[in-house]
Amino acid sequence: MSTLHTVNKSPFAQQTLTSCINICRAGDALLLIEDGVYGALPSAPTAQALKALVNDRKVHLFALEPDLQARGLNDRISDWVKVVDYSGFVQLSTEHKTVQSWY
Amino acid sequence: MKFALAIYAAPFSVQASQTALHFAQTLLEQGHEVIRVFFYQDGVHTGNQLATPPQDEQDITQAWRALARAHQLDVVVCIATALKRGILNEEEAQRYQQPASNLAPEFTLSGLGQWVEAVVHADRVVTFGA
Amino acid sequence: MSRKVLFTLRHAPYGSAIAREALDALLATAVFGQDISVLFMDDGVFQLLPEQAPGGLPQKTLSSSLSALPLYDVEKLYVHAPSLEARGLTRDELALDGLVSLSSEDVATLFSEQDHLLSF
Repeated sequence: MSTLHTVNKSPFAQQTLTSCINICRAGDALLLIEDGVYGALPSAPTAQALKALVNDRKVHLFALEPDLQARGLNDRISDWVKVVDYSGFVQLSTEHKTVQSWY
Repeated sequence: MKFALAIYAAPFSVQASQTALHFAQTLLEQGHEVIRVFFYQDGVHTGNQLATPPQDEQDITQAWRALARAHQLDVVVCIATALKRGILNEEEAQRYQQPASNLAPEFTLSGLGQWVEAVVHADRVVTFGA
Repeated sequence: MSRKVLFTLRHAPYGSAIAREALDALLATAVFGQDISVLFMDDGVFQLLPEQAPGGLPQKTLSSSLSALPLYDVEKLYVHAPSLEARGLTRDELALDGLVSLSSEDVATLFSEQDHLLSF
């Protein structure tokens, strides 16, 4: 059964996103929220690992739109990151059996 | 679906408190059921009705109170973590001979058993950490 | 009704209340008869160091409370091996007996077996 992972810490400051990346498996979704959305930047130390997660390990990667917008990041994110609003966040939480919050 | 939400983040200090509120509002808009909201750790400060933010900032306690009233939400503040952080209802203020109480009337002070019960009955549990 | 619930403990003790209050939540859940697993990961493995002596702070010793877990019938105890290795620790030196070492892949499997994931 698949899991929705949320991450709310910047990968420039903390290892939280890396920890999550190591645990994600095929079919899971990873949603970047709050300061976690800095992980959507191509310059993030986790950028290559996230790209591999999407392309090779078949994990779905999302970032929360209001949190991107708040931080001026809408036009700066990697093209392998999909953007969702709160409706999308709710939908992801219903589509996956469990939600793991990484903070 | 039946959701139980756990909120560990302090209001006004970290964004997680606002994230949880948005998430709860969206759940209810979409017709999901929020069977319990459990405030734990620094999240208990959300129940402090004496919080007085400036007018140009979101009053998160008021926002939760309004949501709770509109949807008859079961909004629980963990009693053990709340008392030590100075969040008390009238009954506890009297019990501990404190000069005032501050818990907003829409919130209930209760034990971790309430949280476990919500976890048992929920289809989904979502945690909002600091 | 009993649910499979995993507590993932990722924070070090004493610097914040997370580890202590996570343990309170864990014990309450155990008392109410749920099917609990506990995973120590990232800085959460520091909760398992022996010879903790926070009396000077003062705080209560977390590791001695953790060793009570089996008394609450919490017996599915796991530690994320890469987190230990990254911190120069080995399972044998930890304050809790009966810990099972898991790889990251094993943790993903453990997640997939649960009804709910509670993170602290």
